[in-house]
Amino acid sequence: MASTTTAAPVPGTSTTVGGRSQRNVKTLPLVAPSVVILFLWMIVPLAMTLWFSFQYYNLLDPTVGGFAGFENYTFLLTDPSLWTAMINTIFLVFWVLVITVGLGTLLAVLFDQDFYGRSIARLLAIAPFFVMPTVSALVWKNMLMHPVNGLFAFFTRSLGLPAIDFFGSFPLTSVIIIVAWQWLPFALLILLTAIQSLDSEQKEAARMDGAGPFSMFFFIILPHLGRAISVVIMIETIFLLSVFAEIYVTTSGGPGLASTNLAFLIYLRALREYDVGGASAAGVIAVILANIVAVFLVRSIAKNIAD
Amino acid sequence: MSTIVLKGIQKNYGAVQVIKGIDLSIDDREFCVFVGPSGCGKSTLLRMIAGLEEITAGDLMIDGQRINDVPPSERGLAMVFQSYALYPHMSVADNMGFSLRLAGVPKEERRAKVAEAARILHLDNLLDRKPKELSGGQRQRVAIGRAIVRKPKVFLFDEPLSNLDASLRVQMRIELARLHDELAATMIYVTHDQIEAMTMADKIVVLQSGIVEQAGTPLELYHHPRNQFVAGFIGSPKMNFLPAKVTAVTDTATTIALPSGASLDIPVRAGGQKVGYAVTLGVRPEHMRLAGEGELLGEVMVVERLGGETFLYTQLNDGTMLIVQADGEIPTGVHERISIKLDPAACHLFDGEGLAIERMERHPLANLRRLPTRKAS
Ligand SMILES: Nc1ncnc2c1ncn2[C@@H]1O[C@H](COP(=O)(O)OP(=O)(O)O)[C@@H](O)[C@H]1O
Ligand SMILES: [Mg+2]
Repeated sequence: MASTTTAAPVPGTSTTVGGRSQRNVKTLPLVAPSVVILFLWMIVPLAMTLWFSFQYYNLLDPTVGGFAGFENYTFLLTDPSLWTAMINTIFLVFWVLVITVGLGTLLAVLFDQDFYGRSIARLLAIAPFFVMPTVSALVWKNMLMHPVNGLFAFFTRSLGLPAIDFFGSFPLTSVIIIVAWQWLPFALLILLTAIQSLDSEQKEAARMDGAGPFSMFFFIILPHLGRAISVVIMIETIFLLSVFAEIYVTTSGGPGLASTNLAFLIYLRALREYDVGGASAAGVIAVILANIVAVFLVRSIAKNIAD
Repeated sequence: MSTIVLKGIQKNYGAVQVIKGIDLSIDDREFCVFVGPSGCGKSTLLRMIAGLEEITAGDLMIDGQRINDVPPSERGLAMVFQSYALYPHMSVADNMGFSLRLAGVPKEERRAKVAEAARILHLDNLLDRKPKELSGGQRQRVAIGRAIVRKPKVFLFDEPLSNLDASLRVQMRIELARLHDELAATMIYVTHDQIEAMTMADKIVVLQSGIVEQAGTPLELYHHPRNQFVAGFIGSPKMNFLPAKVTAVTDTATTIALPSGASLDIPVRAGGQKVGYAVTLGVRPEHMRLAGEGELLGEVMVVERLGGETFLYTQLNDGTMLIVQADGEIPTGVHERISIKLDPAACHLFDGEGLAIERMERHPLANLRRLPTRKAS
């Protein structure tokens, strides 16, 4: 008995030459390329962005150059457009989340019911997710919200009302509607799967306890969905912080800066004004902002998922 | 008072008939057990009583009122599910008080009622825990507590003990019997385990493929099974069945001959049986003993020693297998040849259709009832 225990390698505290060291030799070269590539993939752009953010660097004016210190940052942080963009970004993320999670939950409850043609209805509801952002933005811009050719204008006109110029009068709201339309299927898909995993005996127990549709929703279904909703919020936030195509195609950030978010502001600075230094500084600020949001989100969601 | 009456209850799923017309009456404060093999429709029947499944045809009455179309929460029933179906995000106290909360009972009263149920079930110091922090037996008790809190007219249980380990199951069985006595409530209990049925029931209802094979007290089913199915289902180990032929019929007994050549006088009313008819002899393992000049001879193939008793799985000379219960002290080993004596008074006879041939005398305990002695509060 004693001999077998001493002979067997203790995991974690291994001192045997056999198993462990051999494994290191074998696996390190195999994982190294991907680790190196991923590391470079991340660190090179980040380092370059950091580097450029401390430089005077304008593509239109090769004469200026050299170290700028924090001037790009101070210029940006005192520039009201950054604050506008930041507020727009938060506004956009927040409302898209509210719409997709809210409507997604309701639709998930609906599609969980048995009705004729349910599978086709589900397919149709999921479909927008497979349309490219640029395409869907163009469809919304030219076929739905267009003040002359659009479907909405047709409706308002047939009611005798003036057409609404969506992108002129409500630029950010229009962008939010388009983005929410794109992300609703994602929320629906995750939440529907979650609802279907709810134990049917639990629902029956609640029915016997006297729960009607509303109590069932608020006391049984919604708590059950808590975790799935957290996941939807986390994933959507990551993508919504960098919405670009929808803005580029529809409003181009305007009128003025009314629908400019951080991603679009960086684009404006870097490519419209050819100010690489300023754009890089804005990029760094966006990275920091995203990380702050991520820390809060991951914390609260990890707590949610843990219990 | 709460009596339940089922009149011609049927259930169809599409074209498939699952419950094929059940007539049954369950008395006030009775512990009624539905037992039967898996898939026979026990759960379906219980869920129809609960109101979770539509009743295709027939009448369901509680206290004389037809409640086919009354929603589940208004039938005055409480159900304990096999999976417990506790609400995972609520504490034990909230789980138990959920129905009261939905009914708008004030917080103080709710707390008092939950505390009372917790006291009965010994859950007092677990009230703040979440279901996942409880053991299987404790979860089971919370599920029962959730039912008790509502003070229902009838408790419904769907295989509540099948997720527990063997020793806990025995313990909960005793606890449920005690609870039945203490609450003086009508209970309907579904199980596939005949031991649970025998130990707890006032009335056992044996179901098979959607029909009632027999309903009666445990000892009635044990001593007077109506057919071969019930005879084989009730009792452990299973009753042995041997082919036989009627050789003589008198007023007091029917004489049969076994393939081994042995002859037995069974005290049953012959009814329509005539000499030469093929019948089936049913004899329980506990009604046989090893003796010098027995009716049956065979070779022991497997020996199961439980300590108090020993089961001998014996192959008879004509090849049929027989389970014999013997004393725990006997030294008989595998491949020994034994001679088995039957007790004719405890033997059963079944006709060609598998129906029991009526016995001469009714067992004195067959009508024994075990209703709670306390008065309902
Ligand atoms: N929702 C349903 N649709 C179709 N058939 C069902 C449904 N529920 C149960 N059945 C069938 O009804 C029969 C009885 O089921 P059940 O009452 O659950 O049996 P058990 O006695 O094991 O509890 C089974 O054959 C089962 O396949
Ligand atoms: Mg069942």
